Amino acid sequence: MADQIVPTDAPVGAGAGLLPAQGVSARRAVTLGLVAGVVAVFVSANGMVSEFAERDVIAELSLGVLWVLMIPLIVGSLAGQAPAVLQGFAAPRPGWRNPAGGALAGLLAAVVMAAFILLIDAVNVRDVLINVRPDLVETEPRLLTFGQGVGAGVALVLAVYAALGALGGALHLLPDRWRRAVVAGVVWLIVMGVLSSLVSQVLRGIQSTTNIWTAPLADALYQGGALTAPAAAVVFVVGAGLYLLLTRPRRTPARVRVRRLPDRSQRIVRVATLAVALLLLGLLPQVLGPFLSDVLNFAGIFLLMALGLNIVVGFAGLLDLGYVAFFAVGAYTAAVLTSPQSSLGVGWIFWAAIPFVVLAAAVAGLLVGTPVLRMRGDYLAIVTLGFGEIARLLFLSDWLKPIFGGAQGIIRVGDVPLAPGVEAGGAQPRLFFYVVFTFVLLAAYISYALQDSRIGRAWMAMREDELVAETMGVNIVAAKLWAFVIGAILAGFGGALFAAKVGSVFPHSFEVIVSITVLVLIIVGGIASVPGVVVGALILVGLPEILREFEEYRFLLYGALLIFMMVRRPEGFIPNTRRVTELHEQELQQDAWLRAKETE
Amino acid sequence: MTTRPVLELRRVSAHYGPIQVLREVSLQIQPGEIVCLLGGNASGKTTTLKTILGYVVPTHGDVVFDGQRVNGLPTQRLVALGLSMVPENRRLFQRMTVRENLELGCYLRMDRAEIAADLDRVFTLFPRMADRIDQRAGTLSGGEQQMVAVARALMARPKVLLMDEPSMGLAPVLVEQNFEIIRQVNQQGTTILVVEQNANMALSIADRGYVLQTGAIVLAGSARELLDDPQMRAAYLGEM
Ligand SMILES: Nc1ncnc2c1ncn2[C@@H]1O[C@H](COP(=O)(O)OP(=O)(O)O)[C@@H](O)[C@H]1O
Ligand SMILES: [Mg+2]
Repeated sequence: MADQIVPTDAPVGAGAGLLPAQGVSARRAVTLGLVAGVVAVFVSANGMVSEFAERDVIAELSLGVLWVLMIPLIVGSLAGQAPAVLQGFAAPRPGWRNPAGGALAGLLAAVVMAAFILLIDAVNVRDVLINVRPDLVETEPRLLTFGQGVGAGVALVLAVYAALGALGGALHLLPDRWRRAVVAGVVWLIVMGVLSSLVSQVLRGIQSTTNIWTAPLADALYQGGALTAPAAAVVFVVGAGLYLLLTRPRRTPARVRVRRLPDRSQRIVRVATLAVALLLLGLLPQVLGPFLSDVLNFAGIFLLMALGLNIVVGFAGLLDLGYVAFFAVGAYTAAVLTSPQSSLGVGWIFWAAIPFVVLAAAVAGLLVGTPVLRMRGDYLAIVTLGFGEIARLLFLSDWLKPIFGGAQGIIRVGDVPLAPGVEAGGAQPRLFFYVVFTFVLLAAYISYALQDSRIGRAWMAMREDELVAETMGVNIVAAKLWAFVIGAILAGFGGALFAAKVGSVFPHSFEVIVSITVLVLIIVGGIASVPGVVVGALILVGLPEILREFEEYRFLLYGALLIFMMVRRPEGFIPNTRRVTELHEQELQQDAWLRAKETE
Repeated sequence: MTTRPVLELRRVSAHYGPIQVLREVSLQIQPGEIVCLLGGNASGKTTTLKTILGYVVPTHGDVVFDGQRVNGLPTQRLVALGLSMVPENRRLFQRMTVRENLELGCYLRMDRAEIAADLDRVFTLFPRMADRIDQRAGTLSGGEQQMVAVARALMARPKVLLMDEPSMGLAPVLVEQNFEIIRQVNQQGTTILVVEQNANMALSIADRGYVLQTGAIVLAGSARELLDDPQMRAAYLGEM
């Protein structure tokens, strides 16, 4: 039955008849190098390098300079990598070509950067590019030229970039596992350097809550917010070593070993893991301190929304760009019912408002879902986008001002009572964490339960082929409306928490950018994957809050990340297993097989 | 053949917007029969099946299933009543495994034990499917996909199985196998309405046939009669 080109079990050319290996390509290195040069110039010209230079990461090395230097290193690694071995081709041997390809790419990146340096030295480009700051080349610390004058600087740029590129390419001389260990070490180094304030706070927090002596470690690691040079070496070695340790060959994964235990022990292990996890999470706000807890709460609210949108977009495949509307409905419902100054003036407690939040969000879900039942893809996206704006404009309108306060919004939204006399609001981030955490746990549980349920299967079928799903007996109308309603309720919870945390609601908090951000979290984290969405929310919402320098470039970075992910890893950081196979396996196999065929 | 028809179209007309696609189509299918609906491209064959399944609501006339007038009922109700379709081009859920496809086939059924029995029945009909049960449907060959599509439709345990051009895109030897399977399914008690352009093949297994031309039935009769009809031979059976 060779009536379809699906080479799942196409023979892999065994020994004989292999096509010659495809090695590192010089042309590819040139292209990549030029692109990298443009990227390096771009991040310098848009002010990132100068902005990030305020923060030292490792000894004297600032984040700004590191930011630029990473570019030749990464591009060197990309250019020095032989293309994936296709079926029917011999595997290329590592050799001098790997570092040479990397060096070539690095050199070309350097050439572009050198041209930029000479340009800003020769003419004043600041009239046009206002973010090209003098500290790049003209005045200390001369970030681009490593503190040198233009002449020496350009020479240094050429040499350093080429060397870094060669280093990146040379990584491919290492066996796979060792290369990954080196990369892991570098990632650890950068993360520990960049997140110095977070790590120090956590280490101090652990000491103050548990009396374990961890604070001195913080002093040993960091000086003036940067990793000290010896500490950096230790971090690198520990990071790489940890990777090697965890990927020891023949090491049975923990999960498998647990499964081999007798039933009773298995249960004990599971309960113990859960207990430890809950204990750690319970201690988390104490360890993190008020500021970081607040950041975590903020990320948690976005996570709640992301889990909800994941049901709509990830599970049911309905691209909803007006998701912020449900967030707004939840926030306003909670605000109207709990604020003593709202039009109703009832001033209920938070928990009493929650059933009405659910109700209002569900009704909103139906209101948006019903008219778009027959729409798909782009049309659905555009119409829901419109609904999102309509919701915001309604809350802003003079017409509904008596209820929602128009641009003045609603203030004095009630805190969340936890016990008699104990209330959690924005001013008690460590207590509020438990509230957010409870809701997130609930949302995650709902997500998992739905994924394996009958409706989950109906969504999956609908996502693939609506017409055929209907032929199987799936009630498409009900399936779509359920997705909208459940998604809306989770966003409604997020909104209610947001209102309680901030203590007030204003229409401008509900711009379309919220919908976009939540969508980006899902896509980058891993669409239809609950752990992916969690990681996406923590990194993409939490990180910019901790690293204030990033705040200004938040959407630029989101955009860049989104493009990168779409090209390299469309299934997200932590993918849903089904999506990986959807997006990669088949196409890779087919490409490989087809190309092998063509060259035959 | 004087029993009550299990499925009947009574002078059904259907439109896509202003365009009339079916013109007073009448046909009857008795329990246990294989009936084929023949016709060239764009003659309205798929639309007829869509009208039976409730995707297209007739603008005139009635669809009667099991003695009950069903036009206007939503598709999932009709599936619950005992209609099931193998769609044109198979349309498996490509990214799901064979097992998941079959599970969706019995989406509306709750009788677990019976489902397991039906799964066994499907495996005896298609012995090779058991090996492929956890393979993704998109990676199967065309012939295997056709089997899964039939199996998926059978998992609903339909009274009447609708098949839209099962021979489309298959190699001749597979077409023959495929029709053999249709005959077997029928012998096990499922009534079948099969839509085809391949008139020779369809008539070789069918009891009766109808010929559709630009949305109207132009010819009807037993398979024998149609095979012998001179007009039919000229237009559809490749003889001039
Ligand atoms: N969704 C649709 N909208 C408008 N016209 C359609 C649609 N589907 C089919 N048609 C038209 O109806 C006619 C019959 O189509 P169809 O039933 O698919 O024919 P067949 O299955 O016999 O090839 C064709 O002219 C086709 O263009
Ligand atoms: Mg057709």
